[in-house]
Amino acid sequence: MASRDDIKFLSNPKIGQKRQKYCRFKKYGIRHIDYKDPDFLMQFVNEQGKILPRRITGNSLKYQRKVATAVKRARHLAMLPYVTDLLK
Amino acid sequence: MSESMKNYEVTFIVDPVLSGEEIKATAQTYVDLLSNEDCKIVYVDEMGLRQLAYAINRRTSGVYYCIEFQVEDGSVIDKLELALRRDERIIRFLSIGLDKYGVKYNEDKRNGLIGKVKKKSKDKKDGKGDRDNRNRSSKSSSQSKAKEAPKKAEPAKKAEETPKAEPVAKEEPAKKAEAVETATVKEEEE
Repeated sequence: MASRDDIKFLSNPKIGQKRQKYCRFKKYGIRHIDYKDPDFLMQFVNEQGKILPRRITGNSLKYQRKVATAVKRARHLAMLPYVTDLLK
Repeated sequence: MSESMKNYEVTFIVDPVLSGEEIKATAQTYVDLLSNEDCKIVYVDEMGLRQLAYAINRRTSGVYYCIEFQVEDGSVIDKLELALRRDERIIRFLSIGLDKYGVKYNEDKRNGLIGKVKKKSKDKKDGKGDRDNRNRSSKSSSQSKAKEAPKKAEPAKKAEETPKAEPVAKEEPAKKAEAVETATVKEEEE
């Protein structure tokens, strides 16, 4: 049986709000993106290993370009896959 | 001196079939090659044996090495890449030039200032950054609180949660607004 505590989580009060996107590199002052850190770059690819677009990540153009370069370098060094499924 | 020097970084994967000494010797040959060409070796990073994300020449793992060095003349890169290409012990390599931020980053990394991103467990669907983590952690903390005091009246719990939510909400729009402004300015420029 669902208790009263559970019912509170069934309807998410934040569901209607639009969450504002931001560029995390600008916000946290990250200037260099390391291609040798696949765990970090994993945040910018989807389950098939494709690079996510800016409209989803919220990166600024400058850093989206750097992310793309880093992901491509990581792929060349077999740290990230070129094509795959169920990456995450 | 150091202003005219340019920073480069070469990463290569050594065949793991070789014995431990052979692998080290392979890496050492390239360190020697570079230092013979008047390069200043900044750091040799042994990243160790890692699984490859895809098979290369039927190898599924490899020993990663990364050499950071300074040199005035970039012509040494050609020699280095030729040697790497001819070497059968090297599975793959990548040489890049570093900008000043890259140099700073590598220095910080050696000093342990760069934090590691935690690998996300597979049941959590999205790995989109710190915001989600923060939300998750706050949620879990509130849940744990609920576990501590399970039979409290609901209004009291609500009162507990709302003050927590508010300061975060107050702080964030300001920061976000800044970020958004800069982002929009950028887009307009384009």
